[in-house]
Amino acid sequence: MQTEKEMANDIIRRSGVNPLKCMKCGKCSGTCPAYEDMDYHPHQFVSMVQKGRINELLQSKSIWTCLSCFACIERCPRSVEPAKIIEAVRLELIRRQGCNHLKSDAIPELLDDKLPQQAIVSAFRKYSK
Amino acid sequence: MPVKTTENGEFKPLIVAFCCNWCSYAGADLAGTSRLSYPADVKIIRVPCSCRVNPLFILRAFQRGADGVIICGCHPGDCHYTTGNYYARRRMTLLFSMLDYLGIERKRTRVEWVSAAEGVRFSEVMNDFAKHITELGENKKLEDLRCKKSLD
Amino acid sequence: MHRIGVFVCWCGTNIAATVDVKAVAEAARKEPGVVFATDYQYMCSEAGQALIRQAIKDNALTGVVICSCSPRMHEATFRKTVQAAGLNPYMLEIANIREQCSWIHKDIKEGTEKAIILARTAIAKVMLNKPLTAGESAVTKRALVIGGGIAGIQSALDIAEAGYEVDIVEKQPTIGGKMTQIDKTFPTLDCAACILTPKMVDAAQNEKIKIFSYSQVEEVKGFVGSFKAKIRKKARFVDENLCTGCGDCTSKCPSKKNKNEFNLGLDNRPAIYIPFAQAVPKVAVIDAEACIKKKTGKCGLCEKVCSAGAIKYDQQDEIIEREYGAIVVATGFNPIKLDKYDEYAYSQSPDVVTSLELERLMNAAGPTQGTLLRPSDGTHPHTIVFIQCVGSRCDDARGKSYCSKICCMYTAKHAMLIREKYPDTDVHVFYIDVRTPGKNFDEFYRRAVEQYGVDYIKGMVGKVIPHDGKLLVQGSDLISNEQVKIDADMVVLAAAIEPDPTARSVATMLTASIDTNDFFTEAHPKLRPVESPTAGVFLSGVCQGPKDIPETVAQASACAAKVIGLLAKDKLLSNPCVARADESLCSGCSVCQNVCPYGAITYEDREFRIPGPKRSEIRRVAQVNEAVCQGCGACTVACPSGAMDLKGFSTKQIMAEVDAICR
Repeated sequence: MQTEKEMANDIIRRSGVNPLKCMKCGKCSGTCPAYEDMDYHPHQFVSMVQKGRINELLQSKSIWTCLSCFACIERCPRSVEPAKIIEAVRLELIRRQGCNHLKSDAIPELLDDKLPQQAIVSAFRKYSK
Repeated sequence: MPVKTTENGEFKPLIVAFCCNWCSYAGADLAGTSRLSYPADVKIIRVPCSCRVNPLFILRAFQRGADGVIICGCHPGDCHYTTGNYYARRRMTLLFSMLDYLGIERKRTRVEWVSAAEGVRFSEVMNDFAKHITELGENKKLEDLRCKKSLD
Repeated sequence: MHRIGVFVCWCGTNIAATVDVKAVAEAARKEPGVVFATDYQYMCSEAGQALIRQAIKDNALTGVVICSCSPRMHEATFRKTVQAAGLNPYMLEIANIREQCSWIHKDIKEGTEKAIILARTAIAKVMLNKPLTAGESAVTKRALVIGGGIAGIQSALDIAEAGYEVDIVEKQPTIGGKMTQIDKTFPTLDCAACILTPKMVDAAQNEKIKIFSYSQVEEVKGFVGSFKAKIRKKARFVDENLCTGCGDCTSKCPSKKNKNEFNLGLDNRPAIYIPFAQAVPKVAVIDAEACIKKKTGKCGLCEKVCSAGAIKYDQQDEIIEREYGAIVVATGFNPIKLDKYDEYAYSQSPDVVTSLELERLMNAAGPTQGTLLRPSDGTHPHTIVFIQCVGSRCDDARGKSYCSKICCMYTAKHAMLIREKYPDTDVHVFYIDVRTPGKNFDEFYRRAVEQYGVDYIKGMVGKVIPHDGKLLVQGSDLISNEQVKIDADMVVLAAAIEPDPTARSVATMLTASIDTNDFFTEAHPKLRPVESPTAGVFLSGVCQGPKDIPETVAQASACAAKVIGLLAKDKLLSNPCVARADESLCSGCSVCQNVCPYGAITYEDREFRIPGPKRSEIRRVAQVNEAVCQGCGACTVACPSGAMDLKGFSTKQIMAEVDAICR
């Protein structure tokens, strides 16, 4: 069993993000459209991964509510790319349990004509195989 | 000829470094002031600018038994004499392709840009270069045996 | 016959701890040509220098090698020492056994071996040294200041005060720079115009100062003490000597809808205009692109109303050539363009303004006569959001990696002034960090919070959405960990500052170096902060790095002190380590002339004696102007016949060093 610290290092490596570059301005959370539905917010992901608090993040609903819209990546002044960190935490869970937040059969029912293409693509980030 | 082995028989290369007075020589001084070590095999020759380095000097060093030669100048655009490092870069590119033709390993020569503020970089560059030269082993290709005899 | 003396310094334990100095002296003594070798604790001390002088006299030394610290440290010191003992100062070489040996190697055996090789190398070189004499060059007792903002004005005033002539070249029609556009200054809140305009008038009235406004430096040649500059005086189409600045022409001009640069495009100006009431020189200028007469040939109203007869539609650009001893760079800054920051809706709503635009909106001489009104509908804003660090501290391609330094303070100033004048206005400031080091600066910021009730929110704004004439500001409040949404009437962006776009071309023209952000590099970050590495070029104000007004003025005066020190000299000693062409070897091919960055090489026809019936022939050979040559050595390598050599770093000397290292 991995320690939290080891998991954090894995997540950092997998995401290719250096959380130490963050200057804690909060622009990611300021721009996030899914903010209200999150228990942990994008800026917290960056700082908690840096501090090695992974178990809390694995249990958070934020990893599923993140839209993967990449607004935080687009606007981060330090090129920290919070969405990639969230994605890496999500992968930790998907890989470990093989569990999916979405069932592939359920996706057609959820489809809505007005849904932006990116949202559909993003949904597959919450589904392994 | 220089002694190229340590007491326990390991290969100890001879490296000549040409450093421009304004950037790299000052960078080497900063590495010293910051106590950043690099192998004692590296011996520095001060030149006013990297463009003062005649390809002849490099060939002469190889002829006399040097195993590696490195030229350090200011970063492109930062030359004290405006364009000197560009001349150095072009001349050395030509020389290196000639060395290729002669069968000298490409890694024995190198051009690096080190500014006066980059003591850390200077020591890193020298450590890395010395490592590569040690791996390559002794330079035999260009060594002039007549030089060896006359001195022995 | 060489008689070399070698002096090995212990530098206390700095060298002696890792280098066996006695062994180095012993080994040096055995080198051919060496007649004297010794070691001493501190060679640079008075006693050490006396020891060197005595040894030179006692042993009739012809050359000296000092094994000590870097030549960049004490070469000048020891040159003076050997000169005092009657030796040519250039018959000296320094073996750097401290920075490049004892300080980086731990093993005493390794250190000693290397020190011996370095000493041997210096001995090999000094044997080939030739006595050199530094040439002298005259100093033109006049300074050129590029840029007429507060930095340039202050430097010029201080230089003029010392009795030297100064020319200010300013590209705008008036001097004064950015400070003229500022309303109040922190932390005292005194009005910028009240402290700046008297200085502008002083500069104009000082008989030592000549102002070239609406002009640009086109070309600079030469070197310290003797620069030659070409200044382009752009056509104003108004005779500067006749215009009285009455303003009759500006009120009559029919072409009125032109963006007013002084008010950052927030209102309009006529085609003939005076930038602002206190402009220096107070002379009108015609914007040729807007002038109906210049475009169609019909109109000429301004000429009719000008009682002084100052309007000259056919005026041409003028090129002025002047000589200078020193050059001050004071090219200043600009706020960055915000087109890459569309999340703040700067291009979508006129109510999103930059801080400099807000200065104009609050200035009595601005477009709203000092009443803060929304640019969109002219109503009073009741909720204003300030966003800090727009483009500063960004490591992506959109912004600047540095902190612009002045934004925290001017935002506190704006917030405070708004709350004071309009207490019914809510002011929110989104910040990442509040950086207020400086005398009375933090107290000023705390006053904004405690006394004026400005709401500081730790966090950044993610986006600004214009809707129904308002601006929805969505940002994060990191302290309470929530996303805040504010319905604002106005948004003010603290845009990062960047060096003026002319900085790069000025740097190239002066061969002064600039960093990756286009700020000018200083000769030493701590000990020579107002000099550029290029001799005779000095730095004043924001062109060297972000600064507020007090720092700019302090630096401008420091810069002036350096210029005065240079201009006070009658003669400058030049570097004698310059190139020399051997006429007997030169084939006149011109390769060296093409690589010389200074244009120091010219060609001359010379008569040479040759064997045979002709007895002589005329050949074209290279000549080096020693006063212009800076001694880089580019020509020495380019020369195909080996005729070019560099004194002090000759091919033979460097070859000897290579041989000594590889022995």
